[in-house]
Formats: sequence, structure tokens, C-alpha cells
Amino acid sequence: MSAAFDEMKEADGGVRPAYSELSRWLKEVPPDVLDYRRREAELLFRRIGITFAVYGEADAQERLIPFDVIPRIMSGAEWRLLEKGLTQRVKALNLFIKDIYGAREILRAGVVPDDLVFRNPAFRPEMSGQSVPHDIFIHIAGIDIVRVDADTFYVLEDNARTPSGVSYMLENREIMMRLFPELFARHRIAPVENYPDQLLATLKSVAPERVARDPNVVMLTPGVYNSAYYEHSFLADKLGVELVEGRDLFVKDEFVYMRTTQGPRKVDVIYRRIDDDFIDPLTFRPDSALGVAGLMSAYQAGNVTMANAVGTGIADDKAVYSFMPAVVKFYLGEEPLLKNVPTWRCREEEHLAYVLEHLHELVVKEVHGSGGYGMLIGPAASKIAIEQFRLKLKAAPKNFIAQPTLALSTCPTCVEQGVAPRHVDLRPFVLTGSKGTRIVPGGLTRVAMKEGSLVVNSSQGGGTKDTWVLDG
Amino acid sequence: MLSRTADNLFWLSRYVERAEYLARILDATQRLSALPLAYVGSSNEWESAVLTAGCANAFFKQYEEANEENVTDFLAFSTANASSIRSCFELARSNARAVRTALTVEMWDAINGTWLELKRYGNGPASREEFSRFLRWVQESSLRYDGSAYRTMLRNDAYWFSRLGVYLERADNTARILDVKYHLLLPDNERVGGPLDYFQWAAILRSVSALTAYHWVYRDSLQPWLVADLLILKEEMPRSLASCYEAIVRNLDSISGAYGRQGPAQRQARGMRARLQNSRMDGIFQRGLHEYIGEFITENNRMGAAITEQFLL
Amino acid sequence: MRIRISHATTYRYDTPPNSVIQMLRLTPRNHNGQYVVSWRVDLSEDCLLHQHEDAFGNISHFFTAEGPFRELSVAVEGEVDTHDTKSVVSGAVERFPPGMYLRETALTQPDAAIVDFADSARTGTGSDPLGLLHGLMTALNREITFDIDPTQSSTTAAEAFALRRGVCQDLTHIFIAAARQLGIPARYVGGHFYRVDGVTAQDAGHAWVEAYVEHLGWVGFDPTNGIGTTEAHVRVAIGLDYLGAAPVRGTRFGGSGETLKVAVHVDQARQQAQN
Repeated sequence: MSAAFDEMKEADGGVRPAYSELSRWLKEVPPDVLDYRRREAELLFRRIGITFAVYGEADAQERLIPFDVIPRIMSGAEWRLLEKGLTQRVKALNLFIKDIYGAREILRAGVVPDDLVFRNPAFRPEMSGQSVPHDIFIHIAGIDIVRVDADTFYVLEDNARTPSGVSYMLENREIMMRLFPELFARHRIAPVENYPDQLLATLKSVAPERVARDPNVVMLTPGVYNSAYYEHSFLADKLGVELVEGRDLFVKDEFVYMRTTQGPRKVDVIYRRIDDDFIDPLTFRPDSALGVAGLMSAYQAGNVTMANAVGTGIADDKAVYSFMPAVVKFYLGEEPLLKNVPTWRCREEEHLAYVLEHLHELVVKEVHGSGGYGMLIGPAASKIAIEQFRLKLKAAPKNFIAQPTLALSTCPTCVEQGVAPRHVDLRPFVLTGSKGTRIVPGGLTRVAMKEGSLVVNSSQGGGTKDTWVLDG
Repeated sequence: MLSRTADNLFWLSRYVERAEYLARILDATQRLSALPLAYVGSSNEWESAVLTAGCANAFFKQYEEANEENVTDFLAFSTANASSIRSCFELARSNARAVRTALTVEMWDAINGTWLELKRYGNGPASREEFSRFLRWVQESSLRYDGSAYRTMLRNDAYWFSRLGVYLERADNTARILDVKYHLLLPDNERVGGPLDYFQWAAILRSVSALTAYHWVYRDSLQPWLVADLLILKEEMPRSLASCYEAIVRNLDSISGAYGRQGPAQRQARGMRARLQNSRMDGIFQRGLHEYIGEFITENNRMGAAITEQFLL
Repeated sequence: MRIRISHATTYRYDTPPNSVIQMLRLTPRNHNGQYVVSWRVDLSEDCLLHQHEDAFGNISHFFTAEGPFRELSVAVEGEVDTHDTKSVVSGAVERFPPGMYLRETALTQPDAAIVDFADSARTGTGSDPLGLLHGLMTALNREITFDIDPTQSSTTAAEAFALRRGVCQDLTHIFIAAARQLGIPARYVGGHFYRVDGVTAQDAGHAWVEAYVEHLGWVGFDPTNGIGTTEAHVRVAIGLDYLGAAPVRGTRFGGSGETLKVAVHVDQARQQAQN
């Protein structure tokens, strides 16, 4: 693994332009002040109640994600590059979803193998032939980006199901503005606070065409026990829409209604944070108590829009991911602006042989996995762990892909020993509505708080940072 | 608003109100049981507390004897009792969590803070002193929640539903005390007993925080029929049945005004209020105090069901 | 053969529900071996019945019935002309390439025992897929005892196989799991079966398998009866498993004490339309 790209410092020790003010400020500010602000930030987060649950932990309901007070900074030029690449990527993803549930041209052209789509658990046969308003399937995408050098951004993962984390992006900024007004005064930072407005406008723009009046948008949550419940209630509040659970909704004659104190009220757009499997017990898992019986019938009749559409999860599949450069070319006739991490698909024999031989230097991931679970980081794993993983991989090769260990870029981060570089990634949130694609500048930066660690997932001890995109 | 949101607000308020009421009963019982037997007679005050809390069946399934230790544990700290003070606060908090966005920050702070602090008290008091402090803390927590709701909530349906919960629960609580203690309030010639009852009357008033109010209203020493009058018919007394129904009608009127529609809940509330307004104590005694209270409790439950039916499903 | 079918599902409630929503897959379509002469759906409650074609090409109906009612019945009735096609199903609505029917589902996930069972079927019959499938069917028919008691609609193929007991749904699931394990696309068919023994009253509909054989197309296997499908089989709905072809899926709001009665009659219509 080559040396990681330091986003603040150049190889010769000089400071990159975007970080010049921050670097000066870090030298001026006494370490105890930084530490004091860090604790203050934690207090604020706890007071707001911004917590998440980690599955499998008993007293998990009230955990905080560590917040790092040193911002991550990008120049305007860097952001514009990224923005173009993200827009292109999401456009292609949308066309891909539309195609596989429609004409299936990409399969007929042999660009993506049939069985990767048809046998994929995230592919929903029930969506076949389904049309959606303005042909938009992925209204909200979270694209995970890593940086390896001055000009190269890689897409690490596409999240087109129900990407979360945007509440942290918004809260991180709020808290930074409260704690470091002087630092803000020294920079011109593009705002992110208009995200909820843009999200609401996006959702309203994709309401069923027959809705003439102001569409009724609701947010559907699995409920208080979901790990992202805080985010659901936070967003519903910011959007000014009702936060509903499945039992608050019902379907009658192919329209969706919510139960209110004034009687049933029609629902036009559902921003759903429930997985496909659980949204309608009449179509998907019959044991689901979280969903709405008959919702799919209203959806198929075109009387309600779901964001994201049902069946978009196939874009999250890491084997599908590996075809993205070809997918972009197929639909747009353009070279992809954002790179893909080179990926070995273990479903293919030659790839598998290579992977088995190089386990100690590769990262191996489950194709349907997320949150950093069930993955092997070869260079950091023990011999025993590698051998155990080898058995798992051999038993079901099609469930895995492998990638080289990327040298994720680093950012200055507040740790016990003072300020030190730590590895980061970035999740920008891409909104697509009838009037095109919008991305608020920045996103959620996740940081691996442990020295040398490349795992940024909050479920595995990762933290977050505010992400600044400089104006100009 | 969502029916579920209204339902959560309604129950959130009910649970907080119920916790306070339980604390008051326990407080009054503790005082009574501390008096020499000569002043209070031989009745078991702890058993009477369980009856007043309306959970005698559940209690005697778990315990043989109603003594201080068992009753304190059951009414205040037991997790097996869904209506213990602890369970009430936990249920209140989980209702609050489900409707975070419908609460003001102050209300959330009040209920969440109470819930966090509850853990400090563990599974029971180390001493009577600590238990007294606990009971005071419960009452203060309830006041804090109530006050933050009153001072910070928008006056819209969310507020009205949360108030309905308070008053419905309060009416139920006051009626339950009366139901258990009615024999003490009967006019002299109809009951056995004597001056011993003075402290019982005081305890009743204390458990609805009306001891001082009594003196201001009647400017008289404690008379049982006046105690009954105060708790049933006096609209100016905040925990009287009449006052609760005045508030229930007012809040339901606000709701129907905003929704432009009336229903069975409004009609029933008005009917009950009219009956309370038109009643007089001698009439109630003539018909039978116990019967009157028993009917009220049934009607009040029906009132709750009507509200649920009309708005909360 | 002209087959006359009536299929009634009746729910009774101790406490009437506020409403009931259901999705029905009770209406057959035509293909080269079957022609629907007449068909109708009757509900005991007045409500709108919405007809759709689902993603697999099945005709589905949705309705929401507003309570309260103590009883709800959903009845279908009609006549279908069938003729023998040597078990090959052609001319049916096909929305997916056969390979889609290799998907695993929760109900048809094979366990080690089913994998072994599939492998042994292969060693017994060689690589000819038609022979293989017949072998599979015969083995299943022999190994699994028909028994309506131990399994329910949520029983998986693996669970039923471990019991060695089950109903047509279970046999079909095991067959599908084994066939897919062998790389042969297979799907669930819900329908009706006319019994030559003259028994016309049945407790439930029937279920069998269609497997895809290169150069032949979809071929019907009825492991419960141990035969390829004949003119006695009336095909109503297909799916990846029972859930995709279930005759009724529904939810009830409020109410309690639900009991369910299913009455199916399959008989030969008195007059043959053609000979």
C-alpha cells in the first residue's frame, strides 16, 4: 500500500491552498481550547439526542457517533469536478434501473450479464414493467467517494436504497457554526442548510401526475427502534412532513391514506426509509408488520410515488458496481468522470483464483453487505482470519468481490495525542427530481478515528466531520 | 395531525399525570401510617393505597400482604406493574420519543431528563427520607412537564389532545380516591366512625393537593360533606370532577372549532359537564355517593373510549 | 375436457373487522392447452374490485372491504376447456427469461439435505434434463408422504423435506429447490386438478411445478400425483414460490377470532363443447 494522500499537507511539508487558513488557525489555537470545544460539541450532540443504535449491542439505544471538530476542506475546483462526476454517475444509475425493469437493453447487448440481474436478491421482479413519474427511480443517492491523490476520486460504493447520514451532515455544520464562528469568518463556505428544502422540492416534483394540488408528502419510518430513527424524525421535522409508520397508512381502492384526527387524508409521495422487503406484506414478506398492506397496488396504479423506487437496491450490489464504467458508457456514450476501484468478481473463476492467491493484500467484501460488516481487510488480518475467510469465500464465491487496499486520503483530526492525520471518505447526497439533479456542496465525511484504520463506518467506531467546500 | 401522534400525546400526558397522582397517594399514606393508631383507627392504609391506585388485583397476585415495603415497591418501582411510577415515566418517555417532532424542546427535555434521572433511584429507596425526596421529585417532574407544555406548546390540536389526556386521567384519579374513601365522607348519621377520621380527610385532600384550597374556599374546619363538595362539584378546584370536565369540554370545543366538525366525544363531554353543574351535594348523598362515583368512573372511561374512537384510531 | 371449477374462501369473525384488504390470484388465463370459457369473481361485500396483470403475467384483483361484517366470502366460478399437450406449456404469458426462475427465495432455499437429494437424482438419471426431472418427481413422490397436518403455508422446502411429509405446496417447493440447485429453471404453479376418481369436493387448490427444458420449453410436473401435467390440470397463477402465486393474500384491520373455510369443486362440465 502506497503512502496515503494527505489532504492538508504536500509531500514537502507545505500546506495546500484550501487548508491554509485552517492550518494557521490550528497553530494559533491552544490545544486545551480545542479539547474544550470537542467536549462542548459532544455535550451538544447528546442534548439534541442525535444517537444511533448498533445492532447486536444490548444497551445500544443511546450511542453517539464521535464527532471531530476539525473540518475537512475541499476547494471549489475540486468540488466542481466531483459534482460533475456524481451527476453523471447517478444519471447512469437511473437509466440502468429504468432499463432493467423495462426494455432490458443492457442485458440484450451483453454489457451486464443476465444472471447478475435476474438472480440478484435486490432485483424485484414485481417492478418489471412499472413506470414511475419522470422516469426517476433513484431520487436520493448517497455515493461513497474516496480520494487517493490530488486529482483522483474513486467511487467506493453506490447507495441507492435508503442512504442515511444526511442528518449528520446538517447537524455537524450547525454545531461547527456555534462552536467556531471565528473560523467561519475566515472562510467562505458553501452552505448545506438548504438540503431539506431541496429534498422537499425534489419529492414534490415527482408526485403522481394526476395530483393537481400541493402534493402530500410523508416520510415512512420503521419506527423508534430503527437505528436511524433519529435521522427520520430530524428530517421529517426539517421538511415539515408527517413522520408516519406503516400502521398510520392504509390503502383503499388503490389510493394511500393516512389516519389523522380529522379522518383519512390522501398521501401522494412517500419518502420511505423501509427496505423493499418490508413495505407491503401482500407483495413482499408476509410477516412484515412495518409496511402497508396493498401499498404496491397503489404504487403500480400510479397513485403514489415512492422515493426511492422499489428495486433500486440492485445498484448497491458490489458486483453490479464493478460494471459501472461500462454502464456509464452504454447509456451516456461518455467516459466515466469518477473512477471505479478495480474489482475482482469472485463469481468468475479466473478472478476467484487471483483473489484466493492474494487474500493478504486485498479487501474482500460481500456483494450485498453494507456497514463494513462481513468484510476482510487482507493486510490488517491475522493468518487465521484469512484462512477462515478463505473457506467462506470458497463456499459461496458469487457472494464476494475483492478490491486492492486503497490508500484513503487523510485529514487532520483531533485525537488523544493532539492533531494527527486520519483516513477519511465522503458521502455526498445526490437529489434527482423532475427538474434535474442537485447536490448540496459537501456531504458527510466519515473518519477512521484509530491510527492506520481504514474502516470509517460508524458501526465500527468511525467518526464524522463537517465538510467544507470553499466558494470560488 | 396523525391519529397516532395525537394518541401518543394523549397518553404521554396521562402517564405523567398518573405518576404524580401515585406519588401523592404514597405521600399521604406515609403520613397517615406514621400517625399513632389512636388517631387513624385500625384500617390498613397501605391496602387502601393499593385500592386507590386501582391495581389491587395485580398487587395481590404478586404479594400476600399490603405493607409499606410491598406497596412502595409495587406502586413506585416495580417493572411488573405497568402502572407503577417507574413504568409511567418509561411509557411517557417512549410515547414522547415516538412523537419527538410534535413536542417542544422544553417538553422533550423535561420528560427525557426525568427518564434519565429515574435511573438514579434504582430499584427502591435506601431510607424513608430518600423515598420522601423521590416522591417530591416525581411531583416536581410532573409539574415541570406540565408547565413546559403549558408555556411552550402552540395552541393547536397537539396541545388540546395532550390536555385531554391530563384532565381525563385527573378525573379518573380523583374519582378513585372518592370511590375508596367514600365511607369517610358520608354525613354523620349514616356512618360509623368518629373524630379519628379528621386525619383521613386531611389525607384525602393532601393526595389531591387541596388541603390549603379547602380552607380558602370554605373558611371552615374539615367537614366530610364539604370535602366531597370540593372534590366533586367545585369548578374552581383544579382537581375536582367538575373542573376536569369544564377543561375537557373546553379542549374538545377547541378541537371541533379547528376541525369544523363535532362528534360523539363532544356531545358526551357536554352531557357530563351539565350533569356535574346541575348536581348538588345533598342530592348526591340522597342517591348514594358510592353509586354516583361508580357511575362517574364508568362514564369517564366511556369518555376516553369516545375520544379514542373519534380521533385516535 | 371441459372442467367446471368453483373455489370459495369464507372468513368468519368473532369480532367484526374494521376493514379487510386482499389481493387475489384466482383467475386463469389462456395458453395453448387451456381456454377459459367463462369466469367470474364474487365478493360477499359491496366494494370495488380492481383488476391488474402482475409482473409474472398473472391476473390479480385487489379489494378493500369496509367492515363491520361477521363473514366475508370470496368466490370464483367458471369453466375451462383443456386439452393434453404432453405437459408442455406454450403460448402462456411470459414476462421473464427462464433464467429468472433460478432465483432463490426464502421458501425454496435448498439446505444440505436437498442438495444431496438433487445430486443423487442426477447420478441416477444422467444429464438428460427431461429424464432428470422425471427422476426427481418420482423420487419425491416416493419419499414424501402426503399429510395435511404438519406443514403450513409458511413451511419452507427444507423444513418439509426434513419431515418427509407435506401437501402439494411442500412437494412443489422441494422440487423447485432441487431443480434450481441442478441449474434447471423451475417455477410454482397454482391451479386446479380434476380427479379421475370422481371426487369433486376438495379442501384447497392444487399446486405443481413447471421446469424449463431447452428445446421443449416449460414442462409441467405434478410431484404430488407423480405425473406430468395433463388436461386435468387447470393453470391459474405462476410465481417463484407459493407467495408469488398464492390465491389470496390479505390483511385485516381490527376484529378477531377469524376462522377460514375453503371449498373447492372441480368437476367435468356436463356438456363437452368439443370432442
